[in-house]
Amino acid sequence: MTLLGQFALWAAFVIALWAVVISFSGRWRDRPELAATVVRSVYAVFACLVVATLALWKGLVTHDFNIEYVAAYTSRNLPSYFVFSALWAGQKGSLLFWATVLSLFASLAQLLTSRRYAHLMPYVAGVTSAVVAFFVSVMIFGSNPFERLPFTPADGRGLNPQLQNVGMVIHPPMLYLGYISITIPFAFAIAALLTRRLDTGWIQAIRKWTLVSWLFLSIGITLGMWWAYVELGWGGYWAWDPVENASLLPWLTMTAFLHSVMIQEKRGMLKRWNLGLIIGTFLLSIFGTFITRSGVIASVHSFTQSNVGYFFLGFLVVAAVLSFTLLYTRWPQLEAEVRLESMLSREAAFLFNNLLFVGIAFSVLWGTLFPILSEAIRGTKITVGPPFFNRVNVPLGLLLLTLTGIGPLIAWRKASAANLRRQFVAPLTTGLVTLVALVGAGMRDPYPLVAYALAGFVAGTIGQEFYRGVRARRRMHGEPVPVAFFRLIERNRRRYGGYIVHAGIIIYFAAFAGMAFKVQQEATLKPGESVELKSPFGHRYRFTHVGISQYEALNRVVSAATVQVTKDGKADGLLTSEKRQHVDSFKRPTFEPSTEVGIRSGLQEDVYLVYAGSVDGTEEAVYRINLNPLVWWVWFGGFVLAFGGIVTMWPGGGPLIASRRPVQAGYGVSLAGAGAAVEAEKD
Amino acid sequence: MKAGHKFLLGAALIVGSVGFLIAEGVKETGVYFLTPTELAAKTASDPTFVENVGFKIGAKVVPGSVRRDNATRTIDFRVSDGTKTYPVTYHGLVPDTFTDADDIEVVVEGRLGRDGVIRATDVLAKCGSRYEAVPKA
Repeated sequence: MTLLGQFALWAAFVIALWAVVISFSGRWRDRPELAATVVRSVYAVFACLVVATLALWKGLVTHDFNIEYVAAYTSRNLPSYFVFSALWAGQKGSLLFWATVLSLFASLAQLLTSRRYAHLMPYVAGVTSAVVAFFVSVMIFGSNPFERLPFTPADGRGLNPQLQNVGMVIHPPMLYLGYISITIPFAFAIAALLTRRLDTGWIQAIRKWTLVSWLFLSIGITLGMWWAYVELGWGGYWAWDPVENASLLPWLTMTAFLHSVMIQEKRGMLKRWNLGLIIGTFLLSIFGTFITRSGVIASVHSFTQSNVGYFFLGFLVVAAVLSFTLLYTRWPQLEAEVRLESMLSREAAFLFNNLLFVGIAFSVLWGTLFPILSEAIRGTKITVGPPFFNRVNVPLGLLLLTLTGIGPLIAWRKASAANLRRQFVAPLTTGLVTLVALVGAGMRDPYPLVAYALAGFVAGTIGQEFYRGVRARRRMHGEPVPVAFFRLIERNRRRYGGYIVHAGIIIYFAAFAGMAFKVQQEATLKPGESVELKSPFGHRYRFTHVGISQYEALNRVVSAATVQVTKDGKADGLLTSEKRQHVDSFKRPTFEPSTEVGIRSGLQEDVYLVYAGSVDGTEEAVYRINLNPLVWWVWFGGFVLAFGGIVTMWPGGGPLIASRRPVQAGYGVSLAGAGAAVEAEKD
Repeated sequence: MKAGHKFLLGAALIVGSVGFLIAEGVKETGVYFLTPTELAAKTASDPTFVENVGFKIGAKVVPGSVRRDNATRTIDFRVSDGTKTYPVTYHGLVPDTFTDADDIEVVVEGRLGRDGVIRATDVLAKCGSRYEAVPKA
């Protein structure tokens, strides 16, 4: 099967290169049959890569340990779903997975894009084929998943225990899907630049694609946080590790882009900025891959250091130079159609929102690269960690949260005093009430107080929008509240889906701020001894060490330590944390021991128990116990965010093309004013 | 003043604050990242470095040097880059990847005491390749 796989890779490589050459030569412009062939070659590459993927999967499933990749990532006693997901557990397999999914997306882009954009498609095919050809070339020349060993081991090394987690089966593909789908909007942007058709057409063609990749990135990042929280055992979910930052960077610029395209659609401004953002987002996705795979920056979780990093660095430089040169040559054609009229306008709010997103992205990039930069410039390596990222990004993030409330409600062009009063009196009140309530409850920490007050303000703006929308529908159609609520969302998916996403963001902020109040305690306990902790919500927890038990499971030897939890004087069950030593099918230990955290999740706080070892093999156990406030809300916020994202991109529900109508005075005003406004509002 | 100019002013304010926050953040929270050899050079050229300046040191754990005392949750070990070796003492829990095996790379954050022992405030262990099994010889 490896021979077939190899052959499929080479075939994909040659076909993709051919598509690149024909596409960029432009010969297809007056030869329609050649244009059709370029598009068909995208499908052919996809077929080849599917064959290669199936060949590797066959090797994994049949335990063909003569294949280096199979021997390195699986073993006979590995549960079958981890054998299946081993396709993306390692460097080589994930490259193949990446290339295959990219060519799937490239094919879908060709299939699903409206014929209106036919003039762009051969160029789109050229760009996507170039990226696919790059990934395939990395496999062929650098890191081949079908490489065979000179001998056949009796068993494989097995999968790293920290990857033996359901989250890890879905987290990497989600993140990859996000990273990969960025290529499609990028390809359209380049095609638009090449054809000089620089109206908003290309932006409308990719609206769904940008949402798709934003959605996958969001889900991937949230799952990554969840995985870090339950598997890594240090007690939190975000550590500003370079690998985490690498996933956040394209998310930030993509989110900025999703906002700024609205300005281009409605007002014809920001054309250069939008092209710059989408090119930047694509480059950051490649940069993220480079960081995680090159070992250039020390991170606790990277792939093996390998020469593959230099392939990516080279590709990054070439792609950056070509894209920005192209953008520069088209610069004069990208003049804005109108000018900013007032600082008190939605345009201005969105511009500041974009600056903040890019500012945050820049600071994260700067902090991540700082060890390299400082060594190159000043000769001494200086690192910055979580304190740096928090100092810089907490204030910027709170400013951004403020704009989340202002942006959607303030009028286009120029807000009047009446508009401001009408839109912001109620939300400002909810923000103030939140602030007063929390100060009254005894909270004195400035940042969390500001965060919660702002969250209250933004929640007020969203609540007000839903309230007014539902009220207008009830007046017009006499619908009961739930029906009016669902119709409201259904008829205005883009707008109300956006509000739901914002609601998810508020929940995130509230949950992140909660971590400022986490409680942590280490304790060495003999059976029967206990330790007491007070949670920020005022609950009294007592943890009594019960004992340690040893047993064997399918592919591991487990040592489990258990505590009896008492909450506010009442027994609250047992909680167990394990030390696991994974073994292969000959009972030989594989990997270093790993910890399985004991977590009891609640709406107020999580109890997070880590068993760190026993004292000299006795039943005396060393524990670290955390009370982590509001963690459950991070996962819930992720659900809300993803749900909102799905609502905005659900097919149907109004024309995709936002009309460039003369600007109205703001959504709320139009709703309450003209009777039929709700029906007319479709964007 | 025109809206465009006001916007530029606002933009300059944002860009300025981002720059200021970054510069301030690096100054306040930046930590030297040294190898044992570099640490030795640093302390030789600047005696005030001892006890006063926090740093991170990246090195390998000397095999067999690890002494754990779980009862007091204290761990003592030595780190080396092949040229210079420093003893480290740490009170706290170390990650799973910190073992007695050969070639464990660690990043230790802390200060150097007058007695030449690094008092660690944090220990990060990095397996050469975290996601891949260690080949057993």
